[in-house]
Amino acid sequence: MLDVAKRDPAIVVVGAGPAGLRAVETLAAAGLRPILIDEAPRPGGQIYRQPPVGAERPARDLYGFEAPKAVALHRLLDRLGDRVDHRPDTLAWSLLENRLDLLSAGSFDQIDFDRVILATGAMDRVLPFAGWTTPGVFTLGAAQIALKAQGVAIGRRVALVGAGPLLPLVAHQYLKAGAEIAAVLDVTPLAPKIRHGLGLAWQPATLLKGLWYTAHITLAGHPIRFGVKSLRVEGGARVEALVWTDGRGREHRVACDAVGASFGLRSEAQLADLAGCRFTFDAVTRQWQPERDPEGRSSRADVYLAGDGAAIGGADVAELAGERTALTLLADLGRPVDASRVALLDRRLARQRRFRAALEAAYPFPGHLLDAVPDDEMVCRCEGITVGRLRDTAKVREAHEMNRLKAFTRIGMGRCQGRVCGQAAAEILARTLASEPAAVGRLRGNPPVKPIPVKETL
Amino acid sequence: MVERLDVDVAIVGGGTAACAAAVALRGHGLTVAVLEKRRCGAGASGVNFGGVRQQGRDLRELPLARRSRTLWDGLSALLGEDVEFEVSGHIKLARSEADLADLEAYRLAAQEYGLELTMLGANAVHAELPWLGEKVLGASLSPTDGQANPRVVGPAYARLARRLGAEIREFTPVTGAVATGRGFEIEAQGLTVTARHLINAAGAGGGLLATAFGETVPVTPLSPNMLVTEPLPYFISRSIGVCGGDVYIRQTRRGNAIFGGGHGWQDVELGFGRPTAEQSLDGMRRTLQLVPSLAQANVIRTWSGFDGQMPDHIPVIGPSATTPGLIHAFGFSGHGFQLGPVIGLILAELVTDGRTPSPIEPFAITRFRDMPTATSAEAAHTEH
Ligand SMILES: Cc1cc2nc3c(=O)[nH]c(=O)nc-3n(C[C@H](O)[C@H](O)[C@H](O)COP(=O)(O)OP(=O)(O)OC[C@H]3O[C@@H](n4cnc5c(N)ncnc54)[C@H](O)[C@@H]3O)c2cc1C
Ligand SMILES: Cc1cc2nc3c(=O)[nH]c(=O)nc-3n(C[C@H](O)[C@H](O)[C@H](O)COP(=O)(O)OP(=O)(O)OC[C@H]3O[C@@H](n4cnc5c(N)ncnc54)[C@H](O)[C@@H]3O)c2cc1C
Repeated sequence: MLDVAKRDPAIVVVGAGPAGLRAVETLAAAGLRPILIDEAPRPGGQIYRQPPVGAERPARDLYGFEAPKAVALHRLLDRLGDRVDHRPDTLAWSLLENRLDLLSAGSFDQIDFDRVILATGAMDRVLPFAGWTTPGVFTLGAAQIALKAQGVAIGRRVALVGAGPLLPLVAHQYLKAGAEIAAVLDVTPLAPKIRHGLGLAWQPATLLKGLWYTAHITLAGHPIRFGVKSLRVEGGARVEALVWTDGRGREHRVACDAVGASFGLRSEAQLADLAGCRFTFDAVTRQWQPERDPEGRSSRADVYLAGDGAAIGGADVAELAGERTALTLLADLGRPVDASRVALLDRRLARQRRFRAALEAAYPFPGHLLDAVPDDEMVCRCEGITVGRLRDTAKVREAHEMNRLKAFTRIGMGRCQGRVCGQAAAEILARTLASEPAAVGRLRGNPPVKPIPVKETL
Repeated sequence: MVERLDVDVAIVGGGTAACAAAVALRGHGLTVAVLEKRRCGAGASGVNFGGVRQQGRDLRELPLARRSRTLWDGLSALLGEDVEFEVSGHIKLARSEADLADLEAYRLAAQEYGLELTMLGANAVHAELPWLGEKVLGASLSPTDGQANPRVVGPAYARLARRLGAEIREFTPVTGAVATGRGFEIEAQGLTVTARHLINAAGAGGGLLATAFGETVPVTPLSPNMLVTEPLPYFISRSIGVCGGDVYIRQTRRGNAIFGGGHGWQDVELGFGRPTAEQSLDGMRRTLQLVPSLAQANVIRTWSGFDGQMPDHIPVIGPSATTPGLIHAFGFSGHGFQLGPVIGLILAELVTDGRTPSPIEPFAITRFRDMPTATSAEAAHTEH
């Protein structure tokens, strides 16, 4: 008979990005055999995404300065071999109590876990602006993926728009790939970046890289325009131009055939929500996030959170947090952990937090874009819901809360279930009511995390 | 400071029936307060399948369902909002001879109540629903049944009640209620209400409130498991059920196929239900057999709710047997959405006239008198 008491606990890690990979490495080093789940075919996560097998390109081209980190992470699973139960191409679509529901290669499966680390990462934050649904408008993330996974640019002449450090990076990557840049527009002002420059020096290497990208694109003749007030894409079947107003209200027009635009990142926290983790509203990044203590614990004893999935920290933080959280889990299991390693990770994470605070202050949330967006513009393209519809419904039908707004307008009821449009809708609702997004609540979560095909049940 | 409110009628719960009662009572000129723990129309009333169905109901419910059906026709106009009520008809499929015999027997019985059902032979069903993947032997069609959008109905009733002058208090859980001799004193969060009449329309929570007045009834929570696909080209022209009830499906105007099957997981303490993956997958499998073209579809969301279920699957409706002035309407056992509008009228009639033209005797709370009462003392003190 099996000795149940002595069996190793079932530890599952969801997400094979920097956070999840460092977590499984740490767990495997302690002699456990964690299960690692990721819907992507190859490990790496968002930033170190690998091209499909057969379409490989040199790491230096794909990841620039970060190539050594990317390569180290990609090789990690090869190195660990059988000590990790890696399940690529596997979507974790539901979580209830201690069961994870999976969909992989056309079949459904379940795992019962004793403890789980959710390292589910982040996605681009999308905000609507005039013409943003025109074919040829992409997120910056998609623009980057096109380059990394397929080695192609999103257009021949590209305008890039952002509200975070991703903007200079993508601009730099596009230039290096030989793309023609039409404009690089930052919708946040320059002043806070100068004011918080000192805080950014908490991570001098990162700051230098940012300055280097900025210098590179400036020298190439495309200085970043800061403080952009409004945006409008022109074109019908395809992007033809981007019209924007600068900080002084002057209008500019640049011809282009593609636009890459996104406005910071938002955590992919649906699994934490389904797990019943407590969420709080983060007033700086203006999003609901699962509560996480500095050691990686959620409000639920057997659920841990690491990386961007609980709060945006960037790839380096994700690596540190993945390891730190795994050590917390090991300690909670009563296993020995190296106290000096823990102390070192905590110091590094604390330093990163100070950097992050400065970075968030340097890139404040661009709420003015939502005031500028016209009533007839779409918020949700799956369901064809306009900004005006949300504004009207909030006023006329007393929808003072997100789930009510959803009931009346279908916002968040389409394919993405609000992953893309939810945050914009909450901001629009709050602005219409002269309230705060924290006060309008958040959409109730339900499975599946992403759509599941009916035919796979056969 | 605790706010005080004095009204003719206090209603505990803010589901469709409760808010419909508030509207009707305002029509009689009475003052009303609706006390809802969360949001009006966001309980079972707001998350159900949306079936506005008479066919297949317990015959004792049919008179109420018939009367309610007449109200559905004018509901969008009454509420001033489109509740997406559509008379799509409801088809119940028979997969065996026994099913067929049941349908025919039901048809004859329903006739007595004025509900006209049409039997369809195998060929007729397959001609009507050419996409059916399973051979059926026949079906019963209820042409006057249909579907509506549950998310809209309850809140729209609540808003109309408020426009008519009712006090609608959301996030106001009732924690206790006592009869004072002259009426009731009701303790809610941040609020004390005195009222001449008290209506218990607390859904799955109705049993707790009844217990506080010495009327113990066995209400258990019921959480049907529901699924919805992304929008598909329109093809499911009818609302569909099968004998035995293990598959039901309809398609919304927008094109989403909504289907159900099995029962979800419950947090009884918090009073909510969630779908489970097993039930969802089983439901998908079963529905796929009946509707093979769903193979092209993706499920984008699953959900559940929390209704009150009685052991005999019909609700408790009518005056309290212990406390004059108290009226119950809860435990709709998974099919109270269609009844909501008429329950509102019946409750208002009971308050103003002490009686109703609708036959509610079968729903008397006294039918549970002889049930064991072990947990009554405990339950009376539980705050919900
Ligand atoms: C578009 C974009 C560009 C970025 N660019 C930079 C940059 O240039 N520099 C920088 O420092 N940071 C950048 N970041 C942030 C960086 O990607 C993250 O900080 C880092 O990847 C976080 O690591 P992580 O392990 O937390 O999550 P990720 O790397 O995002 O990994 C999460 C993994 O979880 C998987 N996953 C999520 N949910 C499920 C599920 N339900 N089932 C199965 N698998 C699941 C995903 O497939 C993914 O592989 C960018 C982020 C985005 C979105
Ligand atoms: C998933 C699902 C599918 C269904 N499908 C159908 C269908 O297709 N057709 C059909 O006819 N019926 C259907 N039903 C049944 C129908 O939805 C319910 O029977 C009906 O809505 C019950 O209405 P109610 O007002 O009694 O309950 P609810 O709508 O649940 O309202 C009761 C309210 O009381 C509140 N409450 C409870 N306790 C307190 C307290 N102490 N203080 C204050 N407030 C309190 C609750 O918060 C709740 O809002 C379905 C039900 C579910 C759950």
